[in-house]
Amino acid sequence: MSMKTRVSAYTLSVALIWSSGALAQQKAEVLHWWTSAGESASVKVFADQFNKAGGTWVDNAIAGGANARTAGINRMVGGNPPTMMQFNTGKQFDELVSNDLVRDVDAQAKAGKWREIMPKPIVDATVRDGKFYAVPVNIHGQNWMFYNTKIFADAGLQPPKTFPELVEAGEKLKAKGIIPIALGGQPNWEHNLFRAVVVGHGGADMFRQLYGTRKPDVLKSPKFKETVELFGKMRGLVDPGSPGRNWNDATALVITDKAAMHFNGDWAKGEFIAAGQTAGKEYGCTVVGQEPKLVIGGDVFVFPATKDKATLATQDKLVEVLLDPASQLEFNKKKGSIPVRMDVDVSSMDVCAQKSHAILKDPANQVESMEILSPPNFSGAMQDAVTQYWNNPNMTADTFIEKITSAMRDAG
Amino acid sequence: MDTISIRAPSMPSGSTKTRRRARMRLPAAIALLPTALIVLVVYIGCMLWTVRLSFTSSTLLPKLDWVGFAQYSRLFANDRFLTSASNIVIFGTLFISGCLIIGFLLAVFIDQNVRGEGLFRTVFLYPYSMSFVVTGVAWQWFLNPGLGLQKLVRDMGFESFTFDWLVNQRMAIYTIVIAGLWHGAGLTMAIMLAGLRGVDKDLWKAARVDGIPTWRVYTSVVLPLLRPMVVTAVVLLTTGVVKLYDLVVAMTLGGPGIATEVPAKFVMDHLFERNNIALGTAAATIMLITVIAVLAPWVYVRYVRPQGRHA
Repeated sequence: MSMKTRVSAYTLSVALIWSSGALAQQKAEVLHWWTSAGESASVKVFADQFNKAGGTWVDNAIAGGANARTAGINRMVGGNPPTMMQFNTGKQFDELVSNDLVRDVDAQAKAGKWREIMPKPIVDATVRDGKFYAVPVNIHGQNWMFYNTKIFADAGLQPPKTFPELVEAGEKLKAKGIIPIALGGQPNWEHNLFRAVVVGHGGADMFRQLYGTRKPDVLKSPKFKETVELFGKMRGLVDPGSPGRNWNDATALVITDKAAMHFNGDWAKGEFIAAGQTAGKEYGCTVVGQEPKLVIGGDVFVFPATKDKATLATQDKLVEVLLDPASQLEFNKKKGSIPVRMDVDVSSMDVCAQKSHAILKDPANQVESMEILSPPNFSGAMQDAVTQYWNNPNMTADTFIEKITSAMRDAG
Repeated sequence: MDTISIRAPSMPSGSTKTRRRARMRLPAAIALLPTALIVLVVYIGCMLWTVRLSFTSSTLLPKLDWVGFAQYSRLFANDRFLTSASNIVIFGTLFISGCLIIGFLLAVFIDQNVRGEGLFRTVFLYPYSMSFVVTGVAWQWFLNPGLGLQKLVRDMGFESFTFDWLVNQRMAIYTIVIAGLWHGAGLTMAIMLAGLRGVDKDLWKAARVDGIPTWRVYTSVVLPLLRPMVVTAVVLLTTGVVKLYDLVVAMTLGGPGIATEVPAKFVMDHLFERNNIALGTAAATIMLITVIAVLAPWVYVRYVRPQGRHA
């Protein structure tokens, strides 16, 4: 009985605190999914800055992107949104914009000249109907190849620059008893590898046609078939323990000198750093392909629409904090990404980040990520096709292309 | 196991007796009202809502248009859904029959008044106290060719030993069955054991007097007596089969490829990751129809027909 009373008293007080939250000075509830050690350290940069500026940051971290997004969207639809919420750069919040559930921040964007200081793919991915509806905070490169410098030196090989070279080098390493490619054998990482091959061997235009315009013509080109076959050859370069493996376990294989190469986004750097390794020394990073095109995505924050003046002011302050050059630099150092503002000096960052910044200086090297180009429906169907091809050594390139064709037709 | 049917107070009737009975039933009806409302609104309501959504073109947010059976034709052209459907049949059949057989044998074993019965009972039932996620992760490590059983045996000197079902497209679904059996057999044992303990001692004495071999008593006398226990176990296990999701996610994530995909995972992925509510609800509707199709004959035989005969 007393337990019950206590519980309800607690609920009541929580409810009171919540409802009075708007009255209290600038309390911001931020919903995000940055829960790993490195991620929460990076989001703390924003929290500290915001608190320093006189606000109160209420951290609401929900593990798992899909879970966090579902929770946030449900709260927005239900009329009790957080002050600010994370999304990946891209289409995830399209329908929130079209249903007027998030507010535009175009006034701030104009004042801060976002269109000039951010790469165009990132701007395009955040602007709807000519207005910014989200604040991008970072740029992640998705098609990095991390390699173990010692293994390559011992084998007398150079890190491959193109994918045909990679297959060749891989066979040699395999003959020496080394795992050529460490792969987290879960469908999304298999798909990530496929995208690295498409953009590296097929080129940026093929990548955009496949994931962006999604017209079946691209599938009929001989170059596409060649790319798919190359990807098929790479099936033999992973170890039998790959299926089901987590990506960080795959990274660990490179760290512990068991595997030579590992394709991943630059977030994998966190694993190397945690193991006490330095970029350019124990491990290297490079972009494989005729020309180094970097597939970029990242994270954005959206601001749920509200009429409450206090909340609007809080949101404005959050925008300032997110794009402040100092917090941009600190945040991205911890996160493994690079600042979304290209005007920030990155010379204090590691070699991989500097390389990333250098590649992106040339707009021709900026390629929008799948999350930006495709609706989740199509990328999901593609993922199903890729994982079937990857895990079935007998499946021919033609069968795979047929599966992509039907994915385009069904989920277009 | 008699069925109790709560009949609504009979409508217009003149006799005071019925009226009094109706008045007596009023508190009961009021007490049941919240439950009834929850069942109607939450369960039935959500079911209808799901079925309705499966006929729309909803993506991230529900949209109430009408596209007919378009989602269903997409669903049945989808490799992954078809694989999921056949996987759940394989898993369901092997899991339920396996649990029943192993559970029964374990129960019979314990029923022999073995020493340390309490210990065995605990050991056999223990896996059931683990969540499916823990079970899945543990078996994933144990069956991983580079970490678990295969490596262990190879390190012991049997170089050619191969047990790579977990990463083998054709066999992976059976590793899910193995993990499921490990998890569920103990519960079946507990249910069966309760039944075995309830068997009349006189039956055993009579059988011994007649000189019937023990195994024969078990199969021909005891097993039929255990029918209610078997039914209970089957119902419990079946719910486990239909909602099979976390075990697969923890163990294989549906892989290698799409080899261990199951319908519940298909629904979850499409609802929450792929912004494809319509296709997800279409798959959920197919699951619902399948469950109803399996349950309907059983409900009919068990509840509808006997009452019909009485009346």
